[in-house]
Amino acid sequence: MSTHLQKRYRRQRWFVAVSRVTILLALLFLVGLIVSIVGRGWSGFFRGEVQITVALPETVLENSGKVRASVYKKLIHKALLTDFEQHGITDAGSLENIIGFQGALKLRQLVRKDPDSIGRTITTWLPAGKFADGYLKGDLSTQTLVELQVEPDLIRYFEILDRSNKGRMVFNWSFFTLGDSSQPDTAGIGGALAGSFYMLLLTFVLSFPTAILAAVYLELFAPKNRWFDLVEININNLAAVPSIIFGLLGLAVFINLMGVPRSTPLVGGMVLALMTLPTIVISARAAIKAVPETLLAGAMSLGATRMQGVFHHVLPAAMPGVLTGTIIGMAQALGETAPLILIGMVAFIHHIPAGPMEAATALPVQIYLWADNPLRGFAERSAAAIMVLLAFLMIMNISAVLLRKKLEVKW
Amino acid sequence: MVTIETRDASASARAETIISAQKVNVYYGDFQALKEVSIDIRPRQVTALIGPSGCGKSTFLRCLNRMNDLILNCRVVGKLLLNGEDIHRPGFDVVDLRTHVGMVFQKPNPFPKSIYDNVAYGPRIHKMANGRSELDGMVESSLRRAGLWDEVKDKLAGLGTELSGGQQQRLCIARAIAVEPKIILMDEPCSALDPVATGRIEELIFELRRDYTIVLVTHSMQQAARTSQRTAFFHLGELLEVGDTNDIFTKPRHERTEAYITGRYG
Ligand SMILES: Nc1ncnc2c1ncn2[C@@H]1O[C@H](COP(=O)(O)OP(=O)(O)OP(=O)(O)O)[C@@H](O)[C@H]1O
Ligand SMILES: [Mg+2]
Repeated sequence: MSTHLQKRYRRQRWFVAVSRVTILLALLFLVGLIVSIVGRGWSGFFRGEVQITVALPETVLENSGKVRASVYKKLIHKALLTDFEQHGITDAGSLENIIGFQGALKLRQLVRKDPDSIGRTITTWLPAGKFADGYLKGDLSTQTLVELQVEPDLIRYFEILDRSNKGRMVFNWSFFTLGDSSQPDTAGIGGALAGSFYMLLLTFVLSFPTAILAAVYLELFAPKNRWFDLVEININNLAAVPSIIFGLLGLAVFINLMGVPRSTPLVGGMVLALMTLPTIVISARAAIKAVPETLLAGAMSLGATRMQGVFHHVLPAAMPGVLTGTIIGMAQALGETAPLILIGMVAFIHHIPAGPMEAATALPVQIYLWADNPLRGFAERSAAAIMVLLAFLMIMNISAVLLRKKLEVKW
Repeated sequence: MVTIETRDASASARAETIISAQKVNVYYGDFQALKEVSIDIRPRQVTALIGPSGCGKSTFLRCLNRMNDLILNCRVVGKLLLNGEDIHRPGFDVVDLRTHVGMVFQKPNPFPKSIYDNVAYGPRIHKMANGRSELDGMVESSLRRAGLWDEVKDKLAGLGTELSGGQQQRLCIARAIAVEPKIILMDEPCSALDPVATGRIEELIFELRRDYTIVLVTHSMQQAARTSQRTAFFHLGELLEVGDTNDIFTKPRHERTEAYITGRYG
């Protein structure tokens, strides 16, 4: 008897130990994933800046409103050459590597904001060019630069910048506000964020009420006959359909048949709503099923109609579960890429969409595009965008848990 | 099957019938749960329904306010008259029926809302109160009649589901009487309660029976004997015997009734 008991205890200890090991493994993978992404992408959130003292002669900038950025670039390069002379630097190669087009744009912006500076010499921080940016953020060590066969004088100048505190690293807000670009340093996720936002909004507006009504009807009103079984089976099937099929459906029905404009968050939202619908219906039905039937009976025994009972009591009691399911469905939709590619939301779009009817990309698609881009710097952007996406997903999932805790009905 | 009905003391009582069930049959799918049940319920009396488990007491009770409609495969055949009106006739308003025939369930089932909202729900959906103060008055008087007011008057905003089991059941009674029904159906209202709480509910039934007609399902012979004037004995879906509680308990006519009330049922 007692040996038998010991055996059972031993088995339980084994079970607990094995479970712990599996959970630990899962956690390890998660940590590994996060570490690798953060390691690769953190620098995408920062950019280097170089301090420069630049002369703004009146003769060149007379009509400052119309002066082209290239003129400012020339001024910057002249300033750099002056600085070079002081440090005895002769051949630093292309000056774009220190301060590029971005720097010129920034300088023009500064001058336009403060026209009084024309005719004077100003000292200011400007966005660093390609190699300087990498060097200041620590992405490119001296050794890597040597390996990349960068001019020795350029490397020497970077070291001088460092020593004289004329180089710094700042948070790259423009990563969140700029649209896509062919150059990594001017590429941001602003457009993708806006696209994802409109799309999710539409997905929610289309799928949430529909799914709730469907769940309420199926669970509390529908006669349980053959049609009911048919609908139920199909909803479950729908939830298992690969998302790319929904993309095909969107292309065939929404775009080709109904003429919804291609590549827009509108059509994306419609497709994702279809995809999310079964998820929400299933979780909402489960939540409604978990509400004791006596609640509805109690309301109806007081003379409430079935609908009053459902909407006053059953649905509110089921709401925590419904919302959790909805948030998880929306998180799924946020991370969805395949169907969006099929409906043309994969194009290179520079401008930030102002509404759901304008062509746009979405966050995961942007990641896909950048990850595929061979230009140096896009890998880092891509990893940074992944971090943003993961952050959103995490926020959504945590809020699902918190919401559930807060709204949970105590029986 | 003929139900044995003890003769009534006075003929005038016979005329006073608030609910009359005539040859009621109830089916759950193919299963017949009630067979040819005929019974008259007297106004302002407590009628106890007793009988072994599964004999159809709850099923019969649910016939009286048509709560069987909620059960998908349930079918009720036969005549049920409320004040002479057939409650199954087409066009009969079920919602109206349920405002006149309230129900208290076996397991307390307050809404997961505040105590106030629990009681106010009925008056609200029926628009019985003009303004907040009138509603407040209704809530208070209902809670008072249910003997719960003193315990909850300081926490009306607290959750009804956080009360004790006995308090919850009294809250459900308050909720039911707030819509001012004429009849209250109680399905084993004390089955989940301890003797003290049971005693309070029984006092309440005593209190209520002056104004309300009560149909009470109970497994406790003592409770039936203490609280009811009339008792009906169900057995395997049939109504075997109905009569004055005193008569049923002192001189039951049917041998099964006698076996059941003396605890020799088997
Ligand atoms: N929803 C239902 N579906 C199918 N059969 C049911 C349903 N409800 C009750 N029955 C059956 O009908 C019969 C009578 O049930 P009922 O609940 O009326 O009995 P009861 O007398 O109230 O029993 P108890 O004292 O245990 O509550 C039982 O045989 C039961 O199995
Ligand atoms: Mg019962």
